[in-house]
Amino acid sequence: MNSKKGYSLEHRKYLRRIRVRQRTILVLQILLLISVFALWEIAAAYGWINQFITSKPSRAWTAAVNLFNRGELWRHLGYTIGETVLGFTVGTMAGIVIAAALWWSDFISRILDPYIVILNSVPKVALGPIFIVWLGTGLKAVVAMAVATSIIVTIMVVHNGFKNIDPNKIKLMRTFGASRLQIFTKVVIPASVPTMISALKVSVGLSLVGTIVGEFLGSKAGLGYLIVYGGQIFNMSLVMAAVIMLSVVSALLYYLVVLLERKIVRYNR
Amino acid sequence: MAKLVIKNVSLKYHTVEDEIEALRDFNLEVEPREFISIVGPSGCGKSTLLSLIAGLMKPTTGSIILDGSPITGTTQKIGYMLQQDYLFEWRTILDNALLGLEVMRRKTDESVAQVKQMLKDYGLSGFEHSYPHQLSGGMRQRVALIRTLATEPDLLLLDEPFSALDYQTRLAVGEDVCRILCQHQKTVIMVTHDIAEAISMADRVIVLTSRPGRVKSEHVIDFGPEYNHSSPLKRRESPRFREYFAAIWKELNSSEQ
Repeated sequence: MNSKKGYSLEHRKYLRRIRVRQRTILVLQILLLISVFALWEIAAAYGWINQFITSKPSRAWTAAVNLFNRGELWRHLGYTIGETVLGFTVGTMAGIVIAAALWWSDFISRILDPYIVILNSVPKVALGPIFIVWLGTGLKAVVAMAVATSIIVTIMVVHNGFKNIDPNKIKLMRTFGASRLQIFTKVVIPASVPTMISALKVSVGLSLVGTIVGEFLGSKAGLGYLIVYGGQIFNMSLVMAAVIMLSVVSALLYYLVVLLERKIVRYNR
Repeated sequence: MAKLVIKNVSLKYHTVEDEIEALRDFNLEVEPREFISIVGPSGCGKSTLLSLIAGLMKPTTGSIILDGSPITGTTQKIGYMLQQDYLFEWRTILDNALLGLEVMRRKTDESVAQVKQMLKDYGLSGFEHSYPHQLSGGMRQRVALIRTLATEPDLLLLDEPFSALDYQTRLAVGEDVCRILCQHQKTVIMVTHDIAEAISMADRVIVLTSRPGRVKSEHVIDFGPEYNHSSPLKRRESPRFREYFAAIWKELNSSEQ
């Protein structure tokens, strides 16, 4: 790439304008977050809102510290993250395998199509009690919930990606006498990597939804459990602390997928 | 013996709405090392013809015979260049050029070295590890040609191979391709709708009727000893070029009606 000193004055000004703009956006984003928390704290302190039902950031912090001191913080976080990652991994892998099978046989895909559409629109929460009866309360049922919430979207998005590959790329492979397996491994899979990554971005969020719902319904650990438990004993500080940690966890998981994307998709940069 | 014989071939496409007859009673013989251009109104079944020869489809009736034996499926003797380069954006230039060999399980140290040499010969040295989006249209088309030639076919099918390029590049790549194909002494069948391109590159131009496609006429292109072994651009300067152009142009227009 060009070295910096080769640029003209106008170009450097242009670059600086862009940098300043980006920095301003970042600063305002952070300020926004801080002011929300500050406003919340102040409103609670001056009694504009009822602390008993809204809690306040400092008390949420104390609640989190208490958890930490009792040595429970990492256990709850670990459960939620572990269940999500497990559900997400299983859901994604199984989803891709099923999507591949649907690509392989258009006939099977046509047969299953209406059922997949129906399964997609069924609220997966409704399956919760079934999983609990089958798998008992705890990790297995929660992971099953996470898989159930994320897998259908993965199947649909990935299968769609497989179907929308430029038919001429497949024709090109056929002119070389490629087998269906070769077409799949050398064209369909690599061409669908960007689609699979965007499916990951959606399904990581959905897995977290499934995990939390699973923890609501039946578990003794995890952020979802903390939220329900805190709600039952009217400890809003605990609820707020868990919700805030949940936001951080979801951001981290999403960021992990973005990192993965940067690692895999090298060719168009 | 003719390299390729197409005998009484017809092809019908079936869709739920309709039945389309793309080719009817099509006959053509191609001699070894001949360069044939096929021109015709759009939708006359030119591309269908190439797909049939390549063994991607089976004719409804008739037969296609390559080197004395009928074509039943894709064969390594035939190389097919599509309308666009269709380089895979996730593969480097070298890996793209090796695709055919890889699919045919003929990728060896020797063939890799050969492909590297071809990239070098055709002005792509230094780009082996680049990705397709970093190359110009003309360069990409050359990579596509190398990808086809690497599998060492002796019959090449070109389906409007330059149609995605701008005019300038098109002429330049046409020059390159012609030179490369002459060097390799390949038999070539090129489909195009550019009459000038057809005349300037071919030994024989076949004009098709509109659908269902049949051979309407043949023009043996002979520019005389002065031009016959010249490059396409040079041949365009020949006085006979205009005569061929006028004749083929007239025929194509009369077939529109």
